[in-house]
Amino acid sequence: MDITDFYDTFFEEAAELLSEMEQHLLELDVDAPDAEQLNAIFRAAHSIKGGAGTFGFEALQRTTHLLENLLDHARCGQLTLRRDLIDVFLETKDMLNDQLDAYRQSAEPEPEALEYICKILRQLALEEIGEDVDSASEPAVTSAQASVAEVASATQSEAVSEPTTDSGRYQVALLHVAEKDRRLLIEELSHLGSVVNESGDENRYEIVLVSSLGCDDIEAVLCFVTEPDQLEIVPLSAAAPKEDEVPKPSGSSNEKPQAPQKSGAQEIKVTAPPTRKPPVQGGGSGENSSIRVPVAKVDQIINLVGELVITQSMLDQVVEDSGSTNDAKLSSGLTLLSRTAKDLQEAVMSVRMVPMDYVFSRFPRLVRDLAGKLGKEIELITEGKSTELDKGLTERIIDPLTHLVRNSLDHGIESPDQREAAGKSRTGNLLLSAQHQGGNILIEVSDDGGGLNREKILSKAAANGLAISDNMNDEDIWQLIFAPGFSTAAEVSDVSGRGVGMDVVKRNIEAMGGHVEIDSRPGNGTTTRIVLPLTLAILDGMSVRVGNETFVLPVSGVIESLQPCHEDLYPMAGEDLLLKVREDYLPLLSVHAAFDVPDAITEPARAIAVIVHGQGCRYALLVDELIGQQQVVVKNLETNYRKVPGVSAATILGDGSVSLILDIADLHRLHQSKKSRGAAFESAQRISNGTTAAIQAKRTVSNVEGANA
Amino acid sequence: MNYIGAAEKTSAAQAQSRDREFLVFSLGEEEYAIDILRVQEIRGYDNVTRIANAPDFIKGVSNLRGIIVPIVDLRIKFRLSDAVYDDQTVVIVVNIAERVVGIVVDRVSDVMTLGDEQIKPAPEFGVNLPLDYISGLGNLEKRMLVLVDIEKLLTSREMELVAEAGE
Repeated sequence: MDITDFYDTFFEEAAELLSEMEQHLLELDVDAPDAEQLNAIFRAAHSIKGGAGTFGFEALQRTTHLLENLLDHARCGQLTLRRDLIDVFLETKDMLNDQLDAYRQSAEPEPEALEYICKILRQLALEEIGEDVDSASEPAVTSAQASVAEVASATQSEAVSEPTTDSGRYQVALLHVAEKDRRLLIEELSHLGSVVNESGDENRYEIVLVSSLGCDDIEAVLCFVTEPDQLEIVPLSAAAPKEDEVPKPSGSSNEKPQAPQKSGAQEIKVTAPPTRKPPVQGGGSGENSSIRVPVAKVDQIINLVGELVITQSMLDQVVEDSGSTNDAKLSSGLTLLSRTAKDLQEAVMSVRMVPMDYVFSRFPRLVRDLAGKLGKEIELITEGKSTELDKGLTERIIDPLTHLVRNSLDHGIESPDQREAAGKSRTGNLLLSAQHQGGNILIEVSDDGGGLNREKILSKAAANGLAISDNMNDEDIWQLIFAPGFSTAAEVSDVSGRGVGMDVVKRNIEAMGGHVEIDSRPGNGTTTRIVLPLTLAILDGMSVRVGNETFVLPVSGVIESLQPCHEDLYPMAGEDLLLKVREDYLPLLSVHAAFDVPDAITEPARAIAVIVHGQGCRYALLVDELIGQQQVVVKNLETNYRKVPGVSAATILGDGSVSLILDIADLHRLHQSKKSRGAAFESAQRISNGTTAAIQAKRTVSNVEGANA
Repeated sequence: MNYIGAAEKTSAAQAQSRDREFLVFSLGEEEYAIDILRVQEIRGYDNVTRIANAPDFIKGVSNLRGIIVPIVDLRIKFRLSDAVYDDQTVVIVVNIAERVVGIVVDRVSDVMTLGDEQIKPAPEFGVNLPLDYISGLGNLEKRMLVLVDIEKLLTSREMELVAEAGE
């Protein structure tokens, strides 16, 4: 076993510590800093430093060392925090991230960047506390051992810094550590000081170490190599011949229990975990009770469970067909199996779910930086952080959300002066919220800025050649901003306004099976609503029969179903049929025509019309029969085949056969293109009710997309 | 791109060992052979879900233990025999360019080892099966095997199995 095997663990832990540090830095109130938060930030820097020293990541160690010293002064109240100091700390945190990334790719971080940040930090230390904190460790450090010693001496030179003792004896006990790991740990320990004595077995192996470092330091070094609960560090009385004169309680902050020491191996202070735990618990991650698993593994399990559910319903079918349902044992066994399979499926799906906090947590920083850049005062409020969403979706929602937040900051919220003139508070509010709504998640980005400008959008749309009319309702107008190349920003700014944005947002969200809506009132702000399915792996499906074929419709797109009467059917432009549903006239689209299904019912009045909606279109879909509603496992068709028009994916039915999942919006397009191929009369596409404008705008969008592709 | 790499690999393998194994199947009266290393499994023809608006030789998709696999009928593609589906109809599941595809054939006869000297270059012929997709002719005493480069064939534009770039 090589020490490099532990690199990954270190990288992950360090990355976690860094994001925790950032979170605390952002939450920190500069005027009245919370001591616990300062401690947490300090501890994060300290732990990273320890690990970096062990693994010989020199740049990382140097930077964290400088940062740690500043933080230490801050937590002792010797350094008064200001906003610009926090900015520097945040910048350092970014730099540390970069360094970590570089090491992760087995490269050295950029030396200029290192020098730059070190200079800033040293400058800061000189100005703020009048001392050069880096002086002690300035000479080039070469090995991990040297650097750790260096750090120790550096910290020792300042009375107020990290409480360390002079050379002391420690009993380090390794619990349940395998032999080969133990060798490595002992080797590590020998870098920290001299190993005087070692004995014990696998369950408990005791090492007596003489070192000038403190408990925390030893632990920080070892905890990257082992689990905290496998480690027990106890300071022994300094009975070693040379050290006995040294231990005097250090004056300022003596957290180290030096005083009550009498006999040889009296255990005074208990183990490390309590001293290290607080930052972890502070972050709310409860790390000890969780394990890291690659997403691919989880996906594999989800696939297998999907298969299990299919097999189970296949068995049900077989039993039902064979008429052996009256075998009580068999049927009760099957019921049990079906229940367990369903529970298992739910449990496994929940593994993929991560709280929205994962997404939202990156916005405080973004908002802070952007607000600073734009000279605006903005308060970010997040709600529903614990709302859970499929991991795959959270990753894909980040980009669209970032776009929307940038838009709100740049175009939405006005400058403080403008806000004051408009009678609003100088500080603009940006609300990010997430909540569950049925089988969907609703994510809102809402600001109290100026709102969308109807006139501007209309004139811009006209200039872009989009189909508009003056009496369009607001909703249709807001949809126009999703057209490609659409931006009403007068100037292109650093932040937004290039006109590539909203169309990408819309496309991304629709690719995830969701949709976007905008609600805006002039002077009161804009709310963008994103509705997404909770997961992409499972879909609530409605099975329908057409001819001898079975198709699945996403339930989220189904509004209602009904049997059309002759009186409600109106022919239009020859071959088209409109169905009157209450006050609306909906185009009637038959599945058998779109997919050339043989033996289907062609007479609409004898079939079933399912009213569906998707991506701004609403129509009636003609099918032969509704079979039922069930959850289906979504299988990608493109893995082995290609995209099929009108179909979003496939699934496997209870009898093991494949069924196609219909894509409601795409089916509409397919229908349109089939028609225009056949007859090519534009007028047929002019649908009588109020959605004309939206559909036209949409068509223009798809035309532009088509031209680009 | 993918199949070029694979073709290079095949030729490298050829250089190393002179003998290659082929799975021999028949379409009507003719015998064809494909590289056995491409074959994943052989199964019966059942439960194929039709896909609308696809060419006639793409029979649809089938469920292969949870994987959705397209099924291509080579008999229709090459217009070689009447496409009859009965108990004897066999689907050869092949792995090509990281995809899994099933091909419908009349019968699988056997596995043959062919040495280099038994493989002859294919002459120019027919439009149904362009020369590009034939890696050679297998010469056995009384039989002739058409050696099909199945990967090249199935990833070709005319098979319409793979979405083209820009679509």
